Amino acid sequence: MSGEVATAADERPEAVDVSRRTLIGDGVAIASYAFPVGLVFGLAALQAHYSLLDVVANSVVAFAGGAQFAAAGMVKDGASWLAIAGVTLLVNARHLLYSAATAPYTAVRSRKERVVMAHFLTDETFALALAHFRRIRGFDARGYWIAAMAIFIPWTTGSAVGYVAGGAVDVNRLGLDVAFPAAMAGLSLGMVSGRRDVAAALGAVAVAVPLGLAAGASVGLVAGAVVGPMVGLAMPEARGGAGTADAGRGAGSADGAGAAHERASEAGLP
Amino acid sequence: MNLGLVPLAFIMWLATYPSRALPMLAPGIERLPPRAVAYLRLSGPSALAALAAVNCLLTSDKPPRLLLGIEPIAVALSAVVVWRTRRLLPGVVAAVVLVAVARATGVAGVV
Repeated sequence: MSGEVATAADERPEAVDVSRRTLIGDGVAIASYAFPVGLVFGLAALQAHYSLLDVVANSVVAFAGGAQFAAAGMVKDGASWLAIAGVTLLVNARHLLYSAATAPYTAVRSRKERVVMAHFLTDETFALALAHFRRIRGFDARGYWIAAMAIFIPWTTGSAVGYVAGGAVDVNRLGLDVAFPAAMAGLSLGMVSGRRDVAAALGAVAVAVPLGLAAGASVGLVAGAVVGPMVGLAMPEARGGAGTADAGRGAGSADGAGAAHERASEAGLP
Repeated sequence: MNLGLVPLAFIMWLATYPSRALPMLAPGIERLPPRAVAYLRLSGPSALAALAAVNCLLTSDKPPRLLLGIEPIAVALSAVVVWRTRRLLPGVVAAVVLVAVARATGVAGVV
């Protein structure tokens, strides 16, 4: 399934190798919380009377952590499947943004490959892969699959083990419940390369939290993700800064990696 | 073995996959206007910051409540550590250790 267009791995193999090592290190961090959180989902599914195959099918086929937790709670409460589908749609609407942000890079690959890649485009895959693509200023298939497997393997195995082990691990007592937001904050920070990024991130938080309180966490999350970039775009660009001035140069530079971001990337920031 | 919820997994996939796939598969996505590409570029830090905030500042109750405990402090600590070390893992470990110690010593309760 190799693409017809030369990718970053073809053109700058050494830079890609360096970035892959960073990617693997960050992937280990993701996997280290994905497994225990998967354990918790397995336990939640056990309490909602899933079978082991139900749990595995849910993690492999739906592969949508937050929505899976919501679904387990709704199944336990006797909600209709239509309601569960609606909540899943809302919770995962943010993936539209991820897919669109990743698209300029993946456009060099075959449609068949993109069809498969899309299934694995979770929060973590997006964060890890996009940071990698930004560092190397292009697409790297192996990098994408490293990012995808860093969440897929620990999440699915964690779900199954959690179901079978049934509550042997007290995730909350161990503080592992804070690993997900901590990882997301760290990954967000790694993408900041100018004041527009800062404004976008702060704008997203400013919208997500109050709206989440008023209308539910999922609504707040989607609204924050949609409005945040608008706040960023409203911020005047720094002269000669990273900003987004070079955002329209095409797929290879769609992320406009500027000087600040380069400094961060060289230092290994995700 | 009861397989009663396997079809639900596929229904959830149907509700999830289009949002992951459509922009990636849509032709011409790489020829978006600069303003649209700039918007998409900013969607990364925005979405992840919103995820972090919602998951550490809101409870999972219905309706959610504002969570003013050790968790937001731990996430802020994590951000500082990531910024200083340029590495994700030390930041996550610092947040987890802080929360675990706070809960073990009774300084903070389990959410």
